[in-house]
Amino acid sequence: MGKILAVGAKEMRQILRDRRTLLILLFIPAFFLLLYGYALSFDIRNVRLAVQDRDRSTHSRELVSAFVNSGYFALVGYEDSDAALARLVDQGKVRAILSIPANFERDLRLKRPVTVQVVIDGDNANTASTVTGYARTLIAEFGAVQMAVRTPGLESRIPDPGPRIPTITIEPRIWYNPQLRSALFLVPGLIAYISMITAVVSTALSVVREKERGTMEQVRMAPVGPVAYILGKTLPYLAISFTSAVLIVFAAMALFDMPMRGSWPLLLFSIGLFLVGAQAQGLLISTIADTQQVAFQIALLSSMLPTMILSGFIFPISSMPTVVQGITYLVPARYFLVALRAIVLKGADITAFWQDLVALAIFATVAMGLASLRLRREWA
Amino acid sequence: MGVELGATGAKAAIRRVLHLMRKEVLELKQDPRLFGVVIIAPIMQLAVLGYAATTDVKDVPIAIVDADRSTASRDLIHRFETSANFKIVGMPGSTDEIDRYLDRGEAWMAISIPANFGQAVAANRSATLQVVADGTDSNSTGVAMGYAQTLIAGYTQDLAAAAMPGQPVGALVRPEIRVWFNPRLESRDFMIPGIIALLLLVVTTNLSAMAIVREKEVGTLEQLSVTPLARWELITGKLLPYAAIGIIDVVLVLVVAIYWFEIPMRGSIALLFGMCVIYLMSTLGLGLFVSTISRTQQQAMMTSIFFFLMPMIYLSGFIFPIENMPAWIQPFTYLIPLRYFLVIVRGIFLKGVGLEILWPQALALFAWGATVLALATFRSSKRLG
Repeated sequence: MGKILAVGAKEMRQILRDRRTLLILLFIPAFFLLLYGYALSFDIRNVRLAVQDRDRSTHSRELVSAFVNSGYFALVGYEDSDAALARLVDQGKVRAILSIPANFERDLRLKRPVTVQVVIDGDNANTASTVTGYARTLIAEFGAVQMAVRTPGLESRIPDPGPRIPTITIEPRIWYNPQLRSALFLVPGLIAYISMITAVVSTALSVVREKERGTMEQVRMAPVGPVAYILGKTLPYLAISFTSAVLIVFAAMALFDMPMRGSWPLLLFSIGLFLVGAQAQGLLISTIADTQQVAFQIALLSSMLPTMILSGFIFPISSMPTVVQGITYLVPARYFLVALRAIVLKGADITAFWQDLVALAIFATVAMGLASLRLRREWA
Repeated sequence: MGVELGATGAKAAIRRVLHLMRKEVLELKQDPRLFGVVIIAPIMQLAVLGYAATTDVKDVPIAIVDADRSTASRDLIHRFETSANFKIVGMPGSTDEIDRYLDRGEAWMAISIPANFGQAVAANRSATLQVVADGTDSNSTGVAMGYAQTLIAGYTQDLAAAAMPGQPVGALVRPEIRVWFNPRLESRDFMIPGIIALLLLVVTTNLSAMAIVREKEVGTLEQLSVTPLARWELITGKLLPYAAIGIIDVVLVLVVAIYWFEIPMRGSIALLFGMCVIYLMSTLGLGLFVSTISRTQQQAMMTSIFFFLMPMIYLSGFIFPIENMPAWIQPFTYLIPLRYFLVIVRGIFLKGVGLEILWPQALALFAWGATVLALATFRSSKRLG
């Protein structure tokens, strides 16, 4: 134990000497949450819309204002020529086109079905499918209102609505996040992501730096075993990462109304377990690499994109192909995110996610064990 | 830079740059794993992430409580079963058990069919289905609710058609929606060009971020500063070996994207390649700049990750569209080269547009690269001088 503390104290002195690194590790994560928490959103508003109005009637203007007043679309302007419209989309100045045919008003008065065309820039498939949904809903609502309008003198020509038909309505209830705010989904993901990167990069250079500078030989001669050395290297960084993770959680609650429906001790325990695992991953990388450059490369490639894309932070794991779903079991953030969301959003107790905590513990133990083994072999 | 050089001077300069490049390559070979990491890892990552990065929602796990057990309820359940959008993970006996499914995240949605459902449908009366959804993943839940609504609307329409044969069913105003560039709404076609841009950024920036600071840390920068090496020669000699690695990466990831993922390539490959080279100029230049402002490799790593890579990833429009961001954040995105490059790659891949449309982005990207390289050269001079 004394040896672990000695290594820890030495590492701490080294950290304190490099103020920039310390400040980055402690405070930048919370600052990032602030910035990205606002920037990251799936809620789509103000889609830039161009209108091709071939009817220029009261009704066509009503449809356009229905689009604009919904808040989902922002009118860029009217344009008649197809070529000019295509160019606007190519340049990205417009993301959607609403095209209203001639005789729109006349057909509506006669209650004849009319078709309006909506063109959507599909380059971002996710946005495009949401915008498609908005457009459908707006047009359906507009149609329903027009159907209800009675045109004087024309009643006789309107078909009879017919007998009663069964209707099935849905009574939706949404739990945990009733307003479907994407921030409540993304902020826990950001917490996991930022903590993961901070933890991995903090330890990834710690061992290899000694190798590169040649001080490793001195450590080897000292009466410190590989396990004590590894633990001592982790402790100071664990303290820093833990502080910064707790700061992020507080920031999330203060700024983004992230609720806290579960137990605090459980949350802190899960955070600790996750950080130990992430730092163990960093240490393992550090023992494998021979130069800091390689360590840096492996650390980033193994944490930055996988944590973002394979953890369920942004992309739902259940929609991925089976093989890729298998790979996600290697990403510790996957387990942490289940626990984090269950605790803060769902207020669930440990029975709902104990398997994920066990998986995190296994990950941390295996990574620590492998790192110690690597060192032992190198020192032998 | 703008120094007039005689023919012999130029030759000597080129010789000095070549020597420095040789030294740099020798140093890179110190850990041979580097080549494996920077060449193989990006391809593997693209292959896995390309499949994972999909915002398409399918196989939504649902639980159904059937309190009715009639022909009508079984018919409805059958529709959920056969739909590619849903996957039934359980049929709990009572609504109380729904909690367990949602708390554990086993199901995203639970549908409960009331006891009088079959009777109501048979008598042409209205029936109400209760749908409870886990709103945690707001985006996917919204999509899944849409699927459920569409499925149930289809069911209602079939009931109506059965009740009144021959009557047309439909709305007064019909939307005809056309999606350009990506008619199948494949999110992969949108994501993979983005992943390419990101991988190139991560690999090349990190490589060059260590280039100069390593010499500082080891103490060999002093030695370099007493050689007749000019500062631009230093930057060029450091840059070119990494540029070679970057170009190999560009070729490999493009091959994987086009031939493995079959992302439609509607524009010119030559133009895309040229743009990638300009982009490399800014990513490598950024790395070198970070290298000149850091004292230790750890500092360089922290600076490049936290001040450059992370903001670039999240603020570039890679996943989250810039127009959704609050107005005060949007101006910052103009400072990000990845923003311009994303418009360029997606434009060339999906829209097939060329420089006539993309020239402002290309110009901005080039200006960014030139500026950051100039800054790196300037900074290194102060350190060397």
